[in-house]
Amino acid sequence: MSTTTTATTPKLWSGGKSPFNVEYGKLMMWYFLMSDAFTFGAFLISYGTIRFSTNGWPDPNVVFKSFPFAPEGMNAPLVFVSIMTFILIISSVTMVLAVKAGQNMDKKAVTTNLIWTIIGGIAFLSCQAWEWNHLHHEGAWWGMNPFLNADGSASSTNFTNYFFTITGFHGFHVFSGVIINIVMLIMTLMDKFEQRGHYLMIEKAGLYWHFVDLVWVFVFTCFYLI
Amino acid sequence: MSNEAVLHAHSDVATHDAHGDHSHEHHHHETFITKYVFSQDHKMIAKQFLITGMVWAVLGGLMSVLFRLQLGYPDATFPWLESILGKWAKGGHITPEAYYALVTTHGTVLVFFVLTAGLSGTFANFLIPLQIGARDMASPFMNMLSYWFFFAASIVMLSSMFVETGPFSGGWTAYPPLSALGDASPGSKTGMDLWIVSMALFVVSSLLGGLNYIATVLNMRTKGMSMTRLPLTIWALFFTAVLGVLSFPVLLSGFILLIFDRNFGTSFYLSDIFVNGVGALPNEGGSAILFQHLFWFLGHPEVYIILLPAMGMVSEILSVNSRKPIFGYMAMVGSLFAIAILAFLVWAHHMFVTGLNPFLGSVFVLLTLLIAVPSAIKVFNWLTTLWRGNIRFTPGMLFAIGFVSLFISGGLTGIWLGNSALDIHLHDSYFVVAHFHIVMGVASMFGMFAGIYHWFPKMYGRYMNNTLAYMHFWITIAGAYLIFWPMHYQGLAGMPRRYYDFSIWESFKQFQDLNRFISLVAMIVFAAQFFFLFNFFYSIFKGRKLTNLNPWEANTLEWTTPIHPGHGNWVGEIPEVHRWAYDYGKDGKDFIQQTTPVGADESHH
Repeated sequence: MSTTTTATTPKLWSGGKSPFNVEYGKLMMWYFLMSDAFTFGAFLISYGTIRFSTNGWPDPNVVFKSFPFAPEGMNAPLVFVSIMTFILIISSVTMVLAVKAGQNMDKKAVTTNLIWTIIGGIAFLSCQAWEWNHLHHEGAWWGMNPFLNADGSASSTNFTNYFFTITGFHGFHVFSGVIINIVMLIMTLMDKFEQRGHYLMIEKAGLYWHFVDLVWVFVFTCFYLI
Repeated sequence: MSNEAVLHAHSDVATHDAHGDHSHEHHHHETFITKYVFSQDHKMIAKQFLITGMVWAVLGGLMSVLFRLQLGYPDATFPWLESILGKWAKGGHITPEAYYALVTTHGTVLVFFVLTAGLSGTFANFLIPLQIGARDMASPFMNMLSYWFFFAASIVMLSSMFVETGPFSGGWTAYPPLSALGDASPGSKTGMDLWIVSMALFVVSSLLGGLNYIATVLNMRTKGMSMTRLPLTIWALFFTAVLGVLSFPVLLSGFILLIFDRNFGTSFYLSDIFVNGVGALPNEGGSAILFQHLFWFLGHPEVYIILLPAMGMVSEILSVNSRKPIFGYMAMVGSLFAIAILAFLVWAHHMFVTGLNPFLGSVFVLLTLLIAVPSAIKVFNWLTTLWRGNIRFTPGMLFAIGFVSLFISGGLTGIWLGNSALDIHLHDSYFVVAHFHIVMGVASMFGMFAGIYHWFPKMYGRYMNNTLAYMHFWITIAGAYLIFWPMHYQGLAGMPRRYYDFSIWESFKQFQDLNRFISLVAMIVFAAQFFFLFNFFYSIFKGRKLTNLNPWEANTLEWTTPIHPGHGNWVGEIPEVHRWAYDYGKDGKDFIQQTTPVGADESHH
């Protein structure tokens, strides 16, 4: 039984230090994200189960074809959501830059990039608000589905039920992320991290932000592409 | 950037800096509020979990006494019932609605509040920092939040019992459509809303706690405490936390969809439903079975969330009181790991008769029966640990042995139930009730009692009374078998669970006397728990005082702390660990603590 470890074994797991060389907050964030991934996984698998046990489903190209301020009757399938997705991915890029700047103890760059990330998050949420509002005006809501199946038959309300629930849950995550980033920004401006000598909090906020973006990729695929 | 610098950057009470001698700085002034109410000391939080869990255990146990009264004496009236339950026991006779509400709340409370929060909440908090050699949890603040979310969940659940339409009454599994439609039953109205809110708060509590336990075990072990030197309690609590962190979120998703079905007109779980007095519902396209999948994806790991901490503590207590090393330490860790993995792969064995594809069913049968392998490894290792041991029959040891007995008895019937063909006959019968009460309910209660009796001296610096403890043990173990053993026969004869009154059924009338017997024993066992409760609270204030640090002559680190450890646990430096936790009877020495350096002439193990 290997209970007496000898001096030759690697010391990573032998106690007195973190085996991953990270402090507990980051470890917790990783486990939290794993947990959250299971939440979203459960939602998306539920969605898949119901969708594939239902005869027919609306065509996303028909449902999501509008654009703000576009002339009546303009057909722009998935253009708006592509822009939303682009915004969110760009905000991930600025988040990376903020984390990188934090590692270099560059307060000014952290501030700039955090502001861009926050703007990206708010822009995404605004787009989502417009889209929800637009769909609501077309008669779509929880329990109401004005859209027909791709084959022209009447559609189950579960199309809109899942759309609003899951994109809403994701939007709530983005909203939380924006709040977290705003707190990070305030702490940066108050020199909290300079005093601590590290910008680790930004890294943790970054992990969360990237996770939320990654989830969107799956949500986007499931609701708009498939 | 140097991560090392970061690791040690903000050291406070919960420092990672295991070897800093900060402890003398920790005698900060504490008020009643910071010490006993919003405490951030893991030991106090553990006691808060324990005592809240005990309150719930009494309430949940009382509920079972009330519905056993109905099952044992379906024709009798008890006027005193009306005076405590009011309209729920009109004329001294529990109404069907009240009966279902009692069964449901009994299940919910015992499974989640007592055996999850009360068990792993208590012992993960208490033992993890003490046994791995840490001053506190990774985040004491989140730890405090974890308790207070549990407290909030408790308050909401408690308040659901006082709403006019009564608490939820559709079974602890909360299957829709009963749980999704307010019109389905009185308990499905406000009571169900409060039930979901309470459970959502509970999920948050469990998540905050679980993340903390994982991070603490991985990151904050003292120098020399490699993973393979951890006591088995810590391994078990670690896997419990992983199970909780990965399975509760799925339940949360299921509940969110349920909330939308209840309140926002969606049809996630609803399709083609006709409610008496309401008519046909417009909902279509949903699937009630979907909820069962989401629920049991938590529900099955939940069984192991309840069982693993008990297994871990029993392993430790058996080894200490047999004065022998635990048999097959790595096999024990391996089987805990195997159980944790398999826990996620067997949920559909709760759903064999839902119309599940029989081929899929056979896959789940295989995976379910595979659990017998690690379970049997554990059982044989416990038995071989006892084998030729120099056994000390302390109350903790008796309850640990009782756990092994119950785990064997209940585990064997699990093999029956894991077969999808047998399950057609046995599902939803008293056989299932007997099985899970023995293997998960009572067994884990025994694990919890074992833990309390064993670690009480560390918690309060005093001993519990042995005579009361022995009476408590013998009545409880005999009672547990007398209550649940006959239920196997009832279940095999087809007696369904959750029925209100069997006397009107020609096929089940014959069990009337047996039911009365079971009810009688249930009341005696419930009453016997007051031996424990009295013993516990009396001993906190008046128990025999501890005079030495290590009353059980155990190896683990918690017994190197002062009798009344302060916040920070060790005075001065945290001790370094030089060996595993199970050097009992080695080289002619009765026990060698983990802090003792390995001698030059020591034999290898």
